[in-house]
Amino acid sequence: MSKNVTIGNKKVTVTPFASWMVVFVLVPMALVVYYAFTNADGSFTVENLKWIYTYRSTMFLSLRLAFIATVICLLLAYPIAYSMSRASEKIQRNATLIIMLPMWMNFLVRTYSWMTILENNGLINSALRTIAGMLGTDFDGFQLINNRGAIVLGMVYNFLPYMILPIYTSLTKIDNSLLEAARDLGSNGFHVFKRVILPLSVPGIISGITMVFIPSISTFIISRILGGGKDYLIGDLIEDYFLGNSGVVNYNVGAALSMVLMVLILIATFFMNRVDKDAKTSGGGRI
Amino acid sequence: MKKKIISLLIAVFMLLGLCACSDNQGNQNSNRSINVYNWGEYIDQSVLDDFEAQTGINVNYTTYASNEEMYSKIVSGAASYDVIIPSEYMISKMISEDLLAELDFSNIPNYKYIGDEYRGLSYDPDEKYSVPYTWGTVVIVYNTKFVDAEDVADESIDLLWNEKYAGNILMFDNPRDTFALAHIKLGNSMNTTNPDDWIAAAEELKKQKPLVQAYVMDQIFDKMINEEAYIAAYYAGDAMTMMEENEDLAAYVPREGANMFFDSMCVLKSSQNKEAAEKFINFMCETEIAVRNAEAVWYAIPHTAAYEALDPEQSEDPLVYPPQEVLDKCEVFINLNQETLILQSELWINLKTQY
Repeated sequence: MSKNVTIGNKKVTVTPFASWMVVFVLVPMALVVYYAFTNADGSFTVENLKWIYTYRSTMFLSLRLAFIATVICLLLAYPIAYSMSRASEKIQRNATLIIMLPMWMNFLVRTYSWMTILENNGLINSALRTIAGMLGTDFDGFQLINNRGAIVLGMVYNFLPYMILPIYTSLTKIDNSLLEAARDLGSNGFHVFKRVILPLSVPGIISGITMVFIPSISTFIISRILGGGKDYLIGDLIEDYFLGNSGVVNYNVGAALSMVLMVLILIATFFMNRVDKDAKTSGGGRI
Repeated sequence: MKKKIISLLIAVFMLLGLCACSDNQGNQNSNRSINVYNWGEYIDQSVLDDFEAQTGINVNYTTYASNEEMYSKIVSGAASYDVIIPSEYMISKMISEDLLAELDFSNIPNYKYIGDEYRGLSYDPDEKYSVPYTWGTVVIVYNTKFVDAEDVADESIDLLWNEKYAGNILMFDNPRDTFALAHIKLGNSMNTTNPDDWIAAAEELKKQKPLVQAYVMDQIFDKMINEEAYIAAYYAGDAMTMMEENEDLAAYVPREGANMFFDSMCVLKSSQNKEAAEKFINFMCETEIAVRNAEAVWYAIPHTAAYEALDPEQSEDPLVYPPQEVLDKCEVFINLNQETLILQSELWINLKTQY
């Protein structure tokens, strides 16, 4: 194959993706920045940025909930992904299917169904009440919904597959001979995990964290359905400014707040990539 | 400027051949399809099928949860609609912003059925832009199993602030309706433009927030019917629907007053299918259709012939058609001026970001 043809092919294959990115990622991002730094008349201003300070507690709350959800996802996902990667091929196939299965249903429907599960007269509390009744005691039920715990639960439930699958993929990619070598050289199970498996699965962990953290921090519908619409997250705030639910539409403030989210996500991705690189080089060195 | 950016964006889309322009043109030429944008749970869906069968015009039916949501969707230009059904204050706002089309009443002969007392109201004084769809008041719904009789004996708005029912109260998830309740509690007009009144109302809502289970719109049906919450303020027709589903529910119009609303069918100026849209409005005003629709949604109707044909159980219900002395205490929303809207928005977001 001559060089020219390769270049030509590359161009052809890259064009759809590149134009997609330009139209649906770059142009909208440029618009966000444009609106963030202009006022209603379209002239330059930094006024909008002061709202970021006004809503700092909303930012912190969103960050906190997204962080908690990400940590829980990681703690849940790693053991699942690990045992999956060790299991027989048939089990692996079925487990992947089971994890993907809920994602075939609409996100909203899944979140609404949690409402039915968690409510005071929902599945959990009714079941507990029936049991309490059989034991002859009175049970008022737990407050499981319309609080922050329910919001975090909604995030964990909805985004957990995005943590499991990348970790699982990175674990299955580990060459078995590396583990055998480690054991032959005298490592016990814990050391094999700590010094070989864990470092080699870091890329999966990193993409998992990114894929859970980003939708968690920007969600708005979970807080409305499971949080009772009482506490705004940053996503609710942005939606409110763009849709004018509170009575006033203000793209400029909404864009300024979205920009913060974009910057936060970029920073997070940047650090993640660095950790990723470090892990790759040092992990490789150790082995 | 905004418009320029949006049109630029649209131009980019078109250049890439991504737009659905062929679709749009199809609509323009054949009048085969209209987009109807209505409140959630606010129509008998079978009526739409009948309209399609009778006229061959396809109805794309979508819903919104508040006037504000509908308004911002329309001004953003993100979607094009033909028929919308806003409330009175939103209609006057949209008329003043030149968003509504003047209707050609020769295409809506059934307008003759609309009662005189519902014509030429302040939001559309010259009867040019709107055809009344339904009207009603806001009521307080409560569950008689859980709410003590003595707490509702005085039929007061204060029930929504009663600490005894902390965690079992539902409020509207839109500022206009929610603030109206607080204004009523304080004895102020819900159309006040005095900033002090708004700040005082916001204080009342902040005090109430710990008692509120959730701020909801259409989710209220499930929550009240399944006895997830005991007390809620909501629109009368929807309250009737809930009471039908759960016999323990009851409702009253607060003695201090309530919001009274008129929702009317309008056609957008940007509509490409104005004639088909008017056909739809006319169809909704056909007596048989109006009766069927009213029996499904349980809101009061301005349609005189359909009202006569209604089951007395509905047409004589004092919650659906409240007596004059109750209506005298009610107030209709007026479109707020921009300063007040900005204040309302700030106070509302403040309420929601008070953790």
